[in-house]
Amino acid sequence: MSGLDELYREVILDHYRNPRRRGTLSGDYIHAEGNNPSCGDEFFLDIEVSGDTITDAAMQGYGCSISQASGSMMMDKIVGMPMSDLRELIHNFKLMMSIEEGDSPVDEDRPGSVLGDLEALQGVRKFPVRIKCADLPWATLTDALDQVSG
Amino acid sequence: MIDLRSLRSDFPILDREVNGTRLVYLDSAATTQKPQSVLDAMDDYYRLHNSNVHRGAHTLAAEATEMYEAARGRVAGFIGAQPNDLVFVRGATTGINFIAYGWGLNHLKAGDKIIVTIMEHHANIVPWQLVSRITGAELVYLELNEDYTVDTSSLEGILDDKVKIISFSGMSNVTGALGPIKVLSDAARSVGAISVVDAAQLVPHTAVDVTDIDIDFLAFSAHKMLGPTGIGALWGKTERLEEMEPTEGGGEMINTVDRHESTWAPVPHKFEAGTPPIAEAIGFGAAIEYLEAVGMDVIEAHERELTAYALERLSEVPDLTIYGPKDVTLRGGAISFELGDIHPHDIATILDQDGIAVRAGHHCAKPLMQYLEIPATARASFYLYNVFEDVDALVVSLHKARELFGLT
Ligand SMILES: Cc1ncc(COP(=O)(O)O)c(C=O)c1O
Repeated sequence: MSGLDELYREVILDHYRNPRRRGTLSGDYIHAEGNNPSCGDEFFLDIEVSGDTITDAAMQGYGCSISQASGSMMMDKIVGMPMSDLRELIHNFKLMMSIEEGDSPVDEDRPGSVLGDLEALQGVRKFPVRIKCADLPWATLTDALDQVSG
Repeated sequence: MIDLRSLRSDFPILDREVNGTRLVYLDSAATTQKPQSVLDAMDDYYRLHNSNVHRGAHTLAAEATEMYEAARGRVAGFIGAQPNDLVFVRGATTGINFIAYGWGLNHLKAGDKIIVTIMEHHANIVPWQLVSRITGAELVYLELNEDYTVDTSSLEGILDDKVKIISFSGMSNVTGALGPIKVLSDAARSVGAISVVDAAQLVPHTAVDVTDIDIDFLAFSAHKMLGPTGIGALWGKTERLEEMEPTEGGGEMINTVDRHESTWAPVPHKFEAGTPPIAEAIGFGAAIEYLEAVGMDVIEAHERELTAYALERLSEVPDLTIYGPKDVTLRGGAISFELGDIHPHDIATILDQDGIAVRAGHHCAKPLMQYLEIPATARASFYLYNVFEDVDALVVSLHKARELFGLT
């Protein structure tokens, strides 16, 4: 596959064009906003937390296919996940993107260790200037989680 | 047809490859490439004449000073100005900030108005916001006509003696639209206001003579006209520069300094505090020399042909929307566009794989983007070294982008 085919996989274009969980939450929820001032991409995230688990989530945003698809795939993944697994998921995503270093022992029993569809974003690594696009929703999620843990 | 192809060999960078193919550089509105003569002029200065200016009595100091002042003369001559009315600054941005703080602060009061246009670069918006905050002046925007030119009809409702400054772009870096210099400078004069032209995109592409246009200030950047970064020019009418306070104090800009008071060196030196970018000024002079040798009329005609060709070829690409005048007499060679639902950053990445450099984003013109109700555009822009094949390569690559994104 050429670098571009690897970057713009079908599943990425699908999430770009049909973003999951687009919208806002009502009631009691946590809101976080992320943006990349240099390119104007935006990502707004609402999450509902009950006990230790994300029970609902919604996102809004605007940006390139990579930032928006990354966000949409993230939404698919995070609802129903316990907080501890979420931190691991974020770490694993950042490992894949070469943003963070370390090990990522895959353990099928721990949902945070399995990236699944998100692996389609691997191709972004070959385009270093676009890594921050893929990371935008995850930075926003981290911000939201930090609000939860206060 | 004007063929400037032979000039390409003067630009070393145009020989390099990007991602395995010929570099197609379509980002000159952001910054231009440099000819060998500019690189040589700066190198020659450092190798043979390096010294501080205006200070020493030794031979090198005299040579450096002479070269620095000769560069000032060249840049001034390029826009029909007197050397003493031309201040070396860091670039267009610093030039406009100097006007805002040096002239604006001591001429504006609460309730006064500053008129700008909605197509301005942030460099011609934010400095006015900053001085408005301090003075209580109000920033008023002119909007656009259907063809993306500035709508000056609303001036009637805005113009009164509260207007102190009209500051506008000579050419938009987003739409390519030329600014209505005569209408706005006449309007300014009719109410005793000053006119400021952000010429960052104008002076590089078109012959400008400040004695032909009745404006008060003009600012531009060397790096957008074959010169180095870190230097630009602020031109002002002599009396305006006399009225303007220095924004920076320090060495070089003084006449006398006592414990509590100082007096300023004469214009333009009172605005050039500290050691200036000497090599850059000399490089700027060499860039002007290069442009003059080619001829601004030739450059303008060449770019107009390229722009007309590009507009025509781009209009053949399905789903492509151009944001800017269709009439090449109303515009320069910066072409902003969208392609279906492909985000401009994705377009830029795809084009880059074919060695094509375009810009994607808001182009430091967020109010314009909001006004046009678009978050971003891709932008191709031309200069004297671009050739028709560059446009062809762009079009081929855009078709490839459509294919990758499954547009049919
Ligand atoms: C219209 C316009 N004004 C001002 C500027 C600022 O120029 P500089 O960054 O060189 O100061 C630019 C550069 O992008 C521009 O295009």
